[in-house]
Amino acid sequence: MGSVRSVAGSIDARLRNAVGCLPLRRWLSHLSLSAFVILSGSQARAEDWGMGAANRQVPTGGVFSPVSTPASAIATLAWFTLAVTLAIFLVVGGLLAYSVIRFRARPGDEPREPAQLYGSNPIEFAWTAIPLLIVFVLVLTTVRTIYDVQAAAEPPDAIHVRVIGHQWWWEFRYPDLGIVTANELHVPLSDPAHPTPTWLVLESADVAHSFWVPRLAGKTDLIPNKINTMWIDPHQAGIYLGQCAEFCGTEHAMMLIRVVVEPRSMFDRWVAAQRMPAASQEAVAHGQEVFEGNACASCHAVKGSSARGTYGPDLTHLMSRQTFGSGVATNTPEHLKIWVRDPAQMKPGALMPAMNLSESDLDDLVTWMITLK
Amino acid sequence: MAGSIDDRLVLGARDSETVPGVAIPFAGRVHEWVVTVDHKKLGLMYIGGGLVFFLVAGLQAATIRLQLAVPDAGIVSPQVFNRLLTLHGTAMVFLVGMPILTGFFNYLVPLMIGARDLAFPRLNAFGFWLWFFGSLLLYFSYIGGGGMEGAGSAPSVGWFAYAPMTETPFSRGHSTDYWILSILLASVGSTATAINLIATAFSMRCPGMTLNKMPVLVWLAVVDAGLMLVALPPLSAAQIMLLLDRYMGAHFFDTQAGGSALLWQHFFWIFGHPEVYVLVIPAFAFASEIIPVFSRKVIFGYEVMVAASCAIGFISLGVWAHHMFSVGLTPAGNAFFVTSTMLVGIPTGIKIFNWLGTMWGGRIRLRVPMLFAIAFLFQFLIAGLTGIILAVAPFDWQLTDTYFVVAHFHYILVGAILFMIFAAIYYWFPKATGRMLDERLGQWHFWLFLAGFHLTFDTLHFAGLAGMPRRIYTYQPGRGFETPNLIASIGVIFQALGMIALVYNIIRSLNSGKAAGKDPWDAWTLEWTTASPPPEYNFADVPTVHSRRPLWDVKHPEDPDWKYE
Repeated sequence: MGSVRSVAGSIDARLRNAVGCLPLRRWLSHLSLSAFVILSGSQARAEDWGMGAANRQVPTGGVFSPVSTPASAIATLAWFTLAVTLAIFLVVGGLLAYSVIRFRARPGDEPREPAQLYGSNPIEFAWTAIPLLIVFVLVLTTVRTIYDVQAAAEPPDAIHVRVIGHQWWWEFRYPDLGIVTANELHVPLSDPAHPTPTWLVLESADVAHSFWVPRLAGKTDLIPNKINTMWIDPHQAGIYLGQCAEFCGTEHAMMLIRVVVEPRSMFDRWVAAQRMPAASQEAVAHGQEVFEGNACASCHAVKGSSARGTYGPDLTHLMSRQTFGSGVATNTPEHLKIWVRDPAQMKPGALMPAMNLSESDLDDLVTWMITLK
Repeated sequence: MAGSIDDRLVLGARDSETVPGVAIPFAGRVHEWVVTVDHKKLGLMYIGGGLVFFLVAGLQAATIRLQLAVPDAGIVSPQVFNRLLTLHGTAMVFLVGMPILTGFFNYLVPLMIGARDLAFPRLNAFGFWLWFFGSLLLYFSYIGGGGMEGAGSAPSVGWFAYAPMTETPFSRGHSTDYWILSILLASVGSTATAINLIATAFSMRCPGMTLNKMPVLVWLAVVDAGLMLVALPPLSAAQIMLLLDRYMGAHFFDTQAGGSALLWQHFFWIFGHPEVYVLVIPAFAFASEIIPVFSRKVIFGYEVMVAASCAIGFISLGVWAHHMFSVGLTPAGNAFFVTSTMLVGIPTGIKIFNWLGTMWGGRIRLRVPMLFAIAFLFQFLIAGLTGIILAVAPFDWQLTDTYFVVAHFHYILVGAILFMIFAAIYYWFPKATGRMLDERLGQWHFWLFLAGFHLTFDTLHFAGLAGMPRRIYTYQPGRGFETPNLIASIGVIFQALGMIALVYNIIRSLNSGKAAGKDPWDAWTLEWTTASPPPEYNFADVPTVHSRRPLWDVKHPEDPDWKYE
């Protein structure tokens, strides 16, 4: 709101100046003051909350380093398309460059105009027919890949995940496994001999979002009132980064995804741990009371407590995640404390309000939260 | 500048122009421009207004690039950033591209067909003022957008404003309403202009100018106006439906009450894709006039050029869902739009080849308009090829909504359209003002802007391939986005310097540019037969033409064009 007020203020000042014709120096000081207010009124994000270091531990790679069948199929088609278009560019661009250089006017030219050539039907036919052939080939290869990816049959051992987009975080539900988690998707490695791909059903709770992890697959939108599907079958363990790719409001930029691909045995261990409710511990009971007694519980759920909110992420196993706030910060007690005190400091516009807890309640709450493993 | 009583008496008295020593007072000159129905004045007002908004929306883009130059920058808040990207996009399409291009058609079409004005001069003025006030509404949202709830200021929904983010639960206050009304007014104005251009080209041509002898620019104006006529009504309809949703409890796009978010996307892109062609066809039109004159050759394959333009117009009406490959269409639906989109490449390729054929064997004068036109050819070629890349639906699943798309459409909008607007400014400025733009400053403008353009938009392709989505107000370090973003932001400095050279050039040349004379480029179409600037009535005697290049016939009576057409 600070910036809104300062804009109004500067307009006000300009109006007064226009009427009163203030001397230039005062006018400039007004202007610089309002510029200062505008800039300082915006919340600066000079801090990366540990995410720079966390990102650097993940190998970078985009569209051309696929680790899953849909992404590989796309990368193959992409290389083919790039080769064709590069060849066209070299031929046509070369002809353009040649004609500009070869036919440029020179000082010693004869004064008369060059020969006028009105057109040529054989040439027109040639440069219509050749592109038509190229388009024909590109369309066929493209359509083939469309069907390979979109019409693939679901194998019996597929894992099912419901992905629900929220402003500005991801909800992941595993209906067959009874798990609810957020922002970090765990899927098993898929062995080509015995494929266990993950089938994602995409839905939205509010506005349109788009699920995109470039190394795993192309993006598919999450659209309210529409159910979309996509699939991935990662064949290399590791962490893959992605993020929401459809503009969805204030914090669209901070709606990040981490996909954790692990061997089946580790995935099963993760599943078993996620199915457990949170254990009550005497030593941190007051923190849990703070959580249950404040508005926290109306938005968040923690299995094993009385908190059953569904508006925000399920926190039952909060500390099993590497990051929180949909990838806005690494999951450390210090960061959690800053977040609960005022989420806007990390993620201005986030729908979670500042909780206005006393410092001792905040300490106890975070002490309890870090037991949610 | 309040005038005395004597001054007011002079208002509108044009005769005073000729009385030596009596200058028309400022208020009188303003009045003359406000009440004008002259197609040349209105054309210049469109172009001038568009250039002003271009500077505003350009500064907004510069702020965006400043914020994205380094990761986690705090120059602007996310809310401010989202308003910037919405206004930058909306303004560049509706407040800059459309008015500048219709402005050129307004100015040139009657002159090129030997007419004294457009068919409906008052409708023309009406369209201009609708556009003008509609444009002000968009920026007024910074002040009035808060509404009674005090929520919001300027709209922050993106230029294609996907439902349901525009519905009241997600966009409170009046910011989105200003966005809707502004576009609604501008599109009604453009529809009026489209009707006017078509009527003019079909009924106001001078004796001897059959359809087959119209300059290519006029043909393209007709195709362009036809596209506007078909493409703008779905947009207007969708905006009205959205207003009904927001104020009268309709639920067209209101997903919380069973409305369809996808319906908005279909409506928007049925307008939005032809809109790209509405903007690029004028660029084709300028190129088709400028390249022949500076190559000293007749346009190669006139009939094929006209046919290809019509084909582009028709095909572009059937490709809209290539903006929606990731929304979950059926495979068959995707395959259809892949095919139709790639087919556009064929007439587009034909046009590039014909420009090449025009230059081939010519004697190319590398003056500033031609420099911009040559850069246009290369950049449009690249933009067309990245367009083919994006038409490959599976590849598009990776690339859509990333910086690759941002780079692609800026290659069209800046690398092709804006470069041709610059070319057109240098080419027709002498006609409109009677003075030449300075060649040296023009060279500075060209090379600085070219360098800046490539620094910015070449690198953004790679940011997209690395996984950077568009419309993010910041990004974290360590994901490989830093280098391309920093280079892209540095490019803005060069573009800004180029623009300063242009603005300085215009101001200087208006006052002290070399006198242009009737025909400074030794060109061939009718606008170069009349004085610079042309008198209000354009031609004292309505000309009679015998070929597509009437001035060629006059200059080369031994070898006139009509022998070959």
